[in-house]
Amino acid sequence: MKTFAYDRARDVAGAVAGFGPGTMYLGGGTNLVDLMRLGVAEPEHLVDVSKLPLRAIEADGDGLRIGAAVRNSELAAHPAARERYPMLARAVLTGASGQVRNMATVGGNLLQRTRCPYFQDVTKACNKRRPGSGCPAIDGDHRNLAIIGHTSQCVATHPSDMAVALAALDARVHVTGPEGERVIAMPGLHRLPGSEPDRDTVLRPGELITAIRLPAPPPGASAYRKVRERASFAFALVSVAAALEVTGDGTVRDCRLALGGVAHAPWRARRAEEALTGQRAGEDAFRRAADAELADADPLPGNRYKVPMARNLIVAVLRELMPR
Amino acid sequence: MAEITIRVNGTGVPLSVDPRTSLLDLLRERLGLTGTKKGCDHGQCGACTVLIDGRRANACLALAVAQDGSDVTTVEGLASNGDLHPLQAAFIRRDAFQCGYCTPGQLCSAAGMLAEGGPSAVTADLGDDPALVPEEIRERMSGNLCRCGAYVNIVAAIADVAGSADGGGARAAAGAGAGAASTAREVSA
Repeated sequence: MKTFAYDRARDVAGAVAGFGPGTMYLGGGTNLVDLMRLGVAEPEHLVDVSKLPLRAIEADGDGLRIGAAVRNSELAAHPAARERYPMLARAVLTGASGQVRNMATVGGNLLQRTRCPYFQDVTKACNKRRPGSGCPAIDGDHRNLAIIGHTSQCVATHPSDMAVALAALDARVHVTGPEGERVIAMPGLHRLPGSEPDRDTVLRPGELITAIRLPAPPPGASAYRKVRERASFAFALVSVAAALEVTGDGTVRDCRLALGGVAHAPWRARRAEEALTGQRAGEDAFRRAADAELADADPLPGNRYKVPMARNLIVAVLRELMPR
Repeated sequence: MAEITIRVNGTGVPLSVDPRTSLLDLLRERLGLTGTKKGCDHGQCGACTVLIDGRRANACLALAVAQDGSDVTTVEGLASNGDLHPLQAAFIRRDAFQCGYCTPGQLCSAAGMLAEGGPSAVTADLGDDPALVPEEIRERMSGNLCRCGAYVNIVAAIADVAGSADGGGARAAAGAGAGAASTAREVSA
């Protein structure tokens, strides 16, 4: 690991003021410290933001405000998350391990990097790590990588479960940077690779996530389901965050759908939502909605399985959310 | 070098550390506390699990410099006054190991886990603080790998303590009832 200077920030203003060229913010360290050990991240300076006074989870009008330094385990255990945003609590609980959830911050969860094996291996080319060097995943091991929104330059997926639920919940991410504060609506924090696969998010240098604000929960029932290669402590092959409200006569009044494990960013399935809203709730409509969303899927030979997996998962979760 | 003070197993230790030092390397190589094991050094195996301010954490992913002012408990600090921690006694009684390399991490993880409460990914009802039936223990301990495959007895040992008055606390009285769950239906709003 390359050496670096370390500072612990006392407040947000101090953290931002301390950010310069070569600086990275350190949250729980569960991804960044690993990337530093792998040689993937080589900060010259760490500003530790994990002890900032951003640890509150509090009512926020009809919604909820979650401080960026709240630990993942604290969010999942909080009564408001469990009672009002079960999709979010479930998503966080399905991520990582008990130890990692205790360490990892909410802000850091959003900013974790892809687990693409080539990104994490400095002996390999990777356009995300070293722009212009190539993408060995396209002809190599891509079975866990993207099926939609990717390019010939990068097929990485975003690994967060929490971010998928936040995308479905219309969360807003509050950031403070050298030029002041701004608010970014999810899923807009994360970007598709486009011509700059090295950029995961729209954050500008020095911008620090300070809070996540949730509007009132979506109406109806909600769920988060994740398919993975082992029963626990594994990243999603495909995940679905969904909410569904069905009227007394069986019509879909409102639905939310977001997918994880399929793209460079949490994927809000707006086409499926539009296809489903106003339709008669049921297997046929759910399947048509899933097909509408996945029409643009362009899988690689090794991850074709994700298309039917995503379709089946969307249908299964919506079926489970039907009123009984 | 950075000047820090960490309380380790109840004793405050002032130290001068290279900022690159992990808490794991600090414990093993500077403080001689070799009970905490280095397995993968990437946060994936749990062999290095310790308690930081009472919460279980992977010591390999924790920079020592960032733990200034923290209270760390390692496997060496679980026993008190010469009496084994109930988990340690249960692991021996249940033969919950073969090679023993993952055991310190399993013990610290289980000690932290028993204090956590709340639902897990397999809890049917998120409002529940479920009894620690084997399925719950397996899910909550998924951050600790055992390559000898001693899981059956590890789960049994933890269940013994979770179900006893000293280890399970209120949880033991909560009764049985957690079942298979990932498909639970929940209504918000």
